[in-house]
Amino acid sequence: MILPRPSLHRRNLLAGGAGLLLAGCDKVIQQPAARRILFAGDDMHKGLQRALTDRGALAPEFRPDQMSPIFRANGTRDPGTPAYAAMVADGFASYRLAVGGLVDRPLSLRLADLAAMPSRSQITRHDCVEGWSAIGQWQGPMLGTVLKAAGLRRSARYVVFTCADLYNGQPYYESIDTIDAFHPQTILALKMNGRRLEVAHGAPVRLRVERQLGYKHAKYVTGITAVASLDGIGKGQGGYWEDNVDYDWYAGI
Amino acid sequence: MIAPAPDVARTGSPPGTILRRHALTTRLWHWINAIAFFILLGSGLGISNAHPRLYWGRYGANFDHAWAQLPRFPAWLTIPSSYNLAISRRWHLFFALVFAFGLAAFMIASVLNRHFRRLRLTRADVSPAHLAEDVRDHWNFRFHDADDPAAYNSLQKWSYILVLFVALPVMILTGLALSPGMDAAWPWLLDLFGGRQSARSVHFIAASLLGGFAVIHLVLVILAGAGNELRSMITGRWRVPE
Ligand code: HEM
Repeated sequence: MILPRPSLHRRNLLAGGAGLLLAGCDKVIQQPAARRILFAGDDMHKGLQRALTDRGALAPEFRPDQMSPIFRANGTRDPGTPAYAAMVADGFASYRLAVGGLVDRPLSLRLADLAAMPSRSQITRHDCVEGWSAIGQWQGPMLGTVLKAAGLRRSARYVVFTCADLYNGQPYYESIDTIDAFHPQTILALKMNGRRLEVAHGAPVRLRVERQLGYKHAKYVTGITAVASLDGIGKGQGGYWEDNVDYDWYAGI
Repeated sequence: MIAPAPDVARTGSPPGTILRRHALTTRLWHWINAIAFFILLGSGLGISNAHPRLYWGRYGANFDHAWAQLPRFPAWLTIPSSYNLAISRRWHLFFALVFAFGLAAFMIASVLNRHFRRLRLTRADVSPAHLAEDVRDHWNFRFHDADDPAAYNSLQKWSYILVLFVALPVMILTGLALSPGMDAAWPWLLDLFGGRQSARSVHFIAASLLGGFAVIHLVLVILAGAGNELRSMITGRWRVPE
């Protein structure tokens, strides 16, 4: 029997090499050039998805018997500010949704105005960036209807949402582009599972962008601003998590 | 003596002969893939730490039944080493592209340069008696057929076939099924695996199997002579062992 002697030295070398590579990744990501390349990943996925697949494709919708028994609330469960508490106290009678930026007719919409618009109902899957999913029913006017009512200008490329909940003392904010903004399943949900939206799920208005991860679905929406570029928003990455913890702006991945 | 190609140097290459074993495309892909796989596994384990519960079906969150509660993967196994979901995902999704397009390019090249011919199964490769003998040979550290030392042995063929045509494509398809954008574009991805959370479970299971394959693969490379095997995958030149 010929037994090539396994060399302990080489084995150590391999294990050591693996450790070095892992540690190397931590170093690499600190290099600005490497960071730029790695951080271009979401743009590449977005480009590929949009170029190779139908950009109007609908997210899968489900039957009522396929819904999660309990829909987990995540992120802010209650903004807890005096202003928000006052709105809860008056049943959101004083709530106003401000629609502005690159629009011809800035709007200030009451909850009743939104409820009077034609609404869409959909049972969809909510995917958190952490990995879990929950299926629930959402109902409300399409964002596109609101944007058309405000007369969105051609120069607008993104829609920024400002919220009533605070992170580090600043209102939560998120953004999507006009392709997703006019997608038929992108709605301003006023109802969830057949009832008025609860505080834990973003009452009174929560964005649904069904082809992206949960952190894009801004809760407690109070402002919608159409812009040509995300440069002037927050630190320029388009959202609270994007600006502060490096989450991908395009969350369809 | 340098024999031009393994197929030509079929019979009786005496020990010590240098054969051209691996084509340039195979070598290039091998190393690109090795790096991508290593990064995907490390960053994937970092992602897993964000919600270490696995479910079957379409949905699954904290209140639902989890079939597996995974351990927290330690810093020395994850990319980055300190928990950071955003950075794990940046690594993972960038190298998912490298991995998926790399595999596609390698597949096309391997059909064109007939590399896959070496994986063609013969009658012996499916005969239980022969496979049992091959297991015994491996157990005794005999990896090469003396008559045709450069040929892949049966176990080697089977493991490469399962990895190349089953496990790696499953990683890509389940990975795509995890993307909400792709689920809208290609809903058949969900039908294929029975829902996003099932796809996530299969993604994890297949990643574990590939991790196991990588360990066995490295051990066998060491046993077969790390220097010779490594050189063959870098320069293409492989020396027929004693
Ligand atoms: C050999 C290749 C790969 C390995 C070893 C690997 C490994 C892993 C692991 C261990 C996880 C964590 C699973 C969990 O959540 O518990 C993960 C998550 C993930 N992988 Fe991969 N992966 C690979 C390829 C890919 C590819 C090609 C794609 C995309 C096309 C992809 C997309 C994803 C996504 C989106 C997640 C996040 C899942 C979640 O939200 O929980 N992966 N991967």
